Amino acid sequence: MQPYQDILTSKNSGSGFDPEQVRALFPILKTTVHGKKLVYLDNAATTQKPESVITALDDYYRRLNSNIHRGVHALSEMATEAYEGVREKARQFINAGSNKEIIFLRGTTEGINLVAGSYGRSNVREGDEILITGLEHHSNIVPWQMLCNQTGAVLKVAPIDDKGEVILSEFERLIGPKTRLVAIAHVSNALGTVNPVKKMVALAHAHGVPVLVDGAQAVPHFRVDVRDLDCDFYALSAHKMYGPTGIGVLYGKQSILEAMPPYQGGGDMIRSVTFEKTLFNDLPHKFEAGTPNIADTIGFGAAFDFLNGLDWNAVSQHEYELLAYATEVLGAIPGLRIVGTAREKAGVLSFVMDDVHPHDIGTILDQEGIAVRTGHHCAQPVMQRFGIPATVRASFALYNTKAEIDELVRGINRVKEVFH
Amino acid sequence: MSELRSLYQEIILDHNKKPRNFGKMAGANRTLEGYNPLCGDHYTLYIKIEDDKIVDIAFEGSGCAISKASASVMTTLVKGKTIEEVQKMFEVFHKLVTGELTDLSFESLGKLAAFAGVSEFPARVKCASLAWHTMKNALDAKTEAVSTE
Repeated sequence: MQPYQDILTSKNSGSGFDPEQVRALFPILKTTVHGKKLVYLDNAATTQKPESVITALDDYYRRLNSNIHRGVHALSEMATEAYEGVREKARQFINAGSNKEIIFLRGTTEGINLVAGSYGRSNVREGDEILITGLEHHSNIVPWQMLCNQTGAVLKVAPIDDKGEVILSEFERLIGPKTRLVAIAHVSNALGTVNPVKKMVALAHAHGVPVLVDGAQAVPHFRVDVRDLDCDFYALSAHKMYGPTGIGVLYGKQSILEAMPPYQGGGDMIRSVTFEKTLFNDLPHKFEAGTPNIADTIGFGAAFDFLNGLDWNAVSQHEYELLAYATEVLGAIPGLRIVGTAREKAGVLSFVMDDVHPHDIGTILDQEGIAVRTGHHCAQPVMQRFGIPATVRASFALYNTKAEIDELVRGINRVKEVFH
Repeated sequence: MSELRSLYQEIILDHNKKPRNFGKMAGANRTLEGYNPLCGDHYTLYIKIEDDKIVDIAFEGSGCAISKASASVMTTLVKGKTIEEVQKMFEVFHKLVTGELTDLSFESLGKLAAFAGVSEFPARVKCASLAWHTMKNALDAKTEAVSTE
């Protein structure tokens, strides 16, 4: 897998960013769909994988496969080293203070469920409040509703305005003496809004309330520093940042994680077990019961290498220009309305069209080889807020190009032709 | 492109733009909701049955072109038919959109032939079937809203 790394490093060390060169690292981008060149604009659902990630998965099963943390044999030691090496890469990537603060699990959803199940069940009582915002994904709503149902706590929602921005004065007003936890998206998956997370964390901390950040849609687009944000928990998924499915990270501040009870019981999370008493393992293993997803973690490591090889100022500039260009050219199409017009956005352009349902638009675009998401994007309350059943969502990754946005515009014109 | 045209036939585009029997209907003795939670399609069906015959039918709601046109075409086809005839029509339609029908002649299918293209688009079968499933449940005197999920 190293050669790709070399290509990236040589191409991108201070020399900006060329999406065409990066595209060549993603085998699937050469695919055709319905006889047309694939234009993949569903990156907020999942990103494609570079060759290096695919190779790492293959390589693990061919050369390293064995169980970790327990074996004394060579393969087990190598696999353990590789697995724990990725923990260090994850720590560096989000600038956590310690590897003990990096918990591997299936993804953002499981990370949020861990916090709701462990931190929530031991700190939230009847009459307490959990505060979320009006732009959350279902994964940052439902676990808190379940916790509220179990404990008698109340779920509060900070509303969003017509642009799709959280109304900060309302958010601040809703943090009170009963608030036990604030849970907010860093970037909205349905609208692309970037929340002012650092400011929101400070507002919550002023009331002594810890904050969980759902970072699934943020980490693919800009560098995140959890210590700078000062958030208490940060959850992310590998598959949205060019890594494999089924693996993600929950970051938690060590002092808080230490005080939390285990989320699941089983092997690897214990120090000693008798039928009378079990002593739990140290962080982070306390939260990693059972044989973990070793292969995908190692694939995730290759994704970190890929991301670390990029010039992030140039990537951010490229993605910013893509979104600005898409907003300009789609916004100029008569009868098309962009949903979500926050001042700060990342990666996502949601829209609706007069007289044509998003589902029909999605089918016609698919016939043109263009993959977009249509529907409520697991954010039904956001759709309800805007009074629409669904949107078409084009979401961008670093390998997308302006030429692909031109294809999207051509596809939308095709929709208009079909529907006269 | 030809595949697209086979999905979005003129009949479908026409019924989507100008749905027939559209709106709330007074005097219905069967009323049932149908929805597709995935894409938000949501319709209410009003049916008036007398002596085992559908004497009047209407629908209201919103959704994609396929679901709306299917509901509209369905209302024009079943009005005046006996429940038994409509049940048979449901079976034909179901087989048609799932690609299980061998006789695709216009003579045997009539207006339903417009939906033959749906079988090429698996993701859209639920859209086309929503109104039909809702009607079948209404005829079976079921009262719980129909969901395609």
